[in-house]
Amino acid sequence: MSTPLLEMRNISIHFGGIKAVDDVSIDVMPGEVVGLLGHNGAGKSTLIKILSGAYKKDAGEIYVDGKKVEINSPIDARQHNIETIYQTLALSDNLDAASNLFLGREITTKFGLVDDTAMEAESRKIMARLNPNFQRFSEPVRSLSGGQRQSVAIARAVYFNARILIMDEPTAALGVHETAMVADLIKELKAQGLGIFLISHDTREMMDLCDRVSVMKNGQLIGTEKVEDVTEDDILSMIIMGKNPKKAA
Amino acid sequence: MSGGLGNLIKTLQIDTRLLGMIGAFIVISLVFHVATGGTFLTPRNLFTLTLQTASVAVMATGMVFVIVTRNIDLSIGSLLGIVGMLMGVIQVQILPDIVGFGSPSIWIITVTVGILLGAAIGAFQGWLIGYLVIPSFIVTLGGLLIWRGGAWWVSKGTTISPLDPNFVMLGGASGTIGVTASWGLAIVGSILTVVFLMNTRRKHISHNFAVKPLWAEYALGAILVSAICGITAVLNAYLVPTRILERRFAAEGLEMPEGYTEAYGFPISVLIVLFVTIAMTIVAKKTRFGRYIFAMGGNPDAAELSGINTRMLTVKVFALMGALTAIAAVIASARLGSAGSSLGELDELRVIAAAVIGGTALAGGVGTIYGAILGALIMQALVSGMGMVGVDSPLQNMIVGGVLIIAVWIDIIYRRKTGDA
Repeated sequence: MSTPLLEMRNISIHFGGIKAVDDVSIDVMPGEVVGLLGHNGAGKSTLIKILSGAYKKDAGEIYVDGKKVEINSPIDARQHNIETIYQTLALSDNLDAASNLFLGREITTKFGLVDDTAMEAESRKIMARLNPNFQRFSEPVRSLSGGQRQSVAIARAVYFNARILIMDEPTAALGVHETAMVADLIKELKAQGLGIFLISHDTREMMDLCDRVSVMKNGQLIGTEKVEDVTEDDILSMIIMGKNPKKAA
Repeated sequence: MSGGLGNLIKTLQIDTRLLGMIGAFIVISLVFHVATGGTFLTPRNLFTLTLQTASVAVMATGMVFVIVTRNIDLSIGSLLGIVGMLMGVIQVQILPDIVGFGSPSIWIITVTVGILLGAAIGAFQGWLIGYLVIPSFIVTLGGLLIWRGGAWWVSKGTTISPLDPNFVMLGGASGTIGVTASWGLAIVGSILTVVFLMNTRRKHISHNFAVKPLWAEYALGAILVSAICGITAVLNAYLVPTRILERRFAAEGLEMPEGYTEAYGFPISVLIVLFVTIAMTIVAKKTRFGRYIFAMGGNPDAAELSGINTRMLTVKVFALMGALTAIAAVIASARLGSAGSSLGELDELRVIAAAVIGGTALAGGVGTIYGAILGALIMQALVSGMGMVGVDSPLQNMIVGGVLIIAVWIDIIYRRKTGDA
């Protein structure tokens, strides 16, 4: 078996006395979508925030291409081409699409000033590929729809050559049509060889999009299964009962 | 009815808020002009108005950044007081003994030390806010008491005067650059404005972005150039009183020629305001620092997750506010020619009001530098005008307070209508 694109090994973190993530190991291969499932507070988002550099782990190791890496900040994560798309649509509402897309990595002129024209031109190019209907480049993103905002967030990840993409409830705030658009986008990025961690509450959507699913409960990993080996009911019982029916059998 | 005009404003891409503020300023000026029997809109009064606005205007540009990052700075009036006082001590009691009385290095050293001091105090307050996570309201409320007390302590309640003659010129009351230099500046400013408009258009065309129709560019250019020349003409129209000129000629042992006149031109303090406005606008719109300030104001979490060090950013924003307060302290003490321990009292409220009237949203993320400058001008026009009409000082305060509340209320309605949050 080839080396995983990314591996998180025996990760633990606690806040005060509570173990939010307890000795969890997950991995993703190139061109694979791995789903993370579990109740609210199961530790999915916390685990993923360790990977994106927002939280610091207390124990465990992270490997990219089989090499151990240290991720202590969002900048570290970006240097390993790990990009995150957050549930809460982490955009600055008062800035336009291009400013958000390039936030923290602005294109500058030879005088060191931010080059808005160049950034808008680049934004137009990538949006033409991801969401051709997107035209509102000069407005603050607050006035955009949920789907348009999400496409800005995804464009940000794709533009900077993400290899590992973390998507935390990417469709939670979206309508039916926009959800389908994001699903198509995930399939396209997967075909390009990205490794994707997908967090969602929608089990059916996960069965459709993911290759494997990892289920968490109370900060612990219940199990990781290939979707073709399990039924939706199996997954639901893992989420609710915290038991892996395949191992019990 | 608004269709034609609305389209015109849209085509020219002029901020409607800016138009509203200019409109408010014109209305206030006209009302006072009539009420004072024609003395408000005179070159002499407008000259004085710009002098009085300068120190608050400089601080208001910094306050925009502070409020945009969802903070507040209540300490600036006291900070102005202590920095002004220390600069007074340096230039009057310390430097003359070292470099010699009247040395031109006195004002340079004084101003440099003052700005460094202001920035250091600001940075310290920013560190308490950013790294120790003490609310800015509390840190700067404490600062308000501490620095004012410090100013009294340094001076033991006395006033330091007279200040260094070169330093005093920075206040503008006795430091103006004259007619020729003023027109020279106006011409340079006009040329730069036109070049900037042409550059922007060329760049947009090269990227195939939509551009304004050519006539709109010409119209905008014409408006801006006439504004620059208009302001210059007004300040150049204020003539130096004949008796001052006579005295000056007499001092050199000369007879003043018949019909000789001379105008003041731009005061140095107003040039400082212009420079600060342009520099702060570039910082806000065209630097990463400025971009991050607005990103942090819009969504602190998003900024943090984008790799922006929001704590350090807070320190820098308050350090900048401190440095600008020191510049304001130079202008304020130089204009008076003395440094008293009550210098800058209540300025924090004038500055916050100027920024807020200028469209800075206390919720963060929104604000413009030119808005704050106009806000400061509107406030000062109100205060000066009421003084000229003979409104009692307590009533003046009541009216300014009411205007502040109404201005913010109008702003809220405006934002709701335009969906501008």
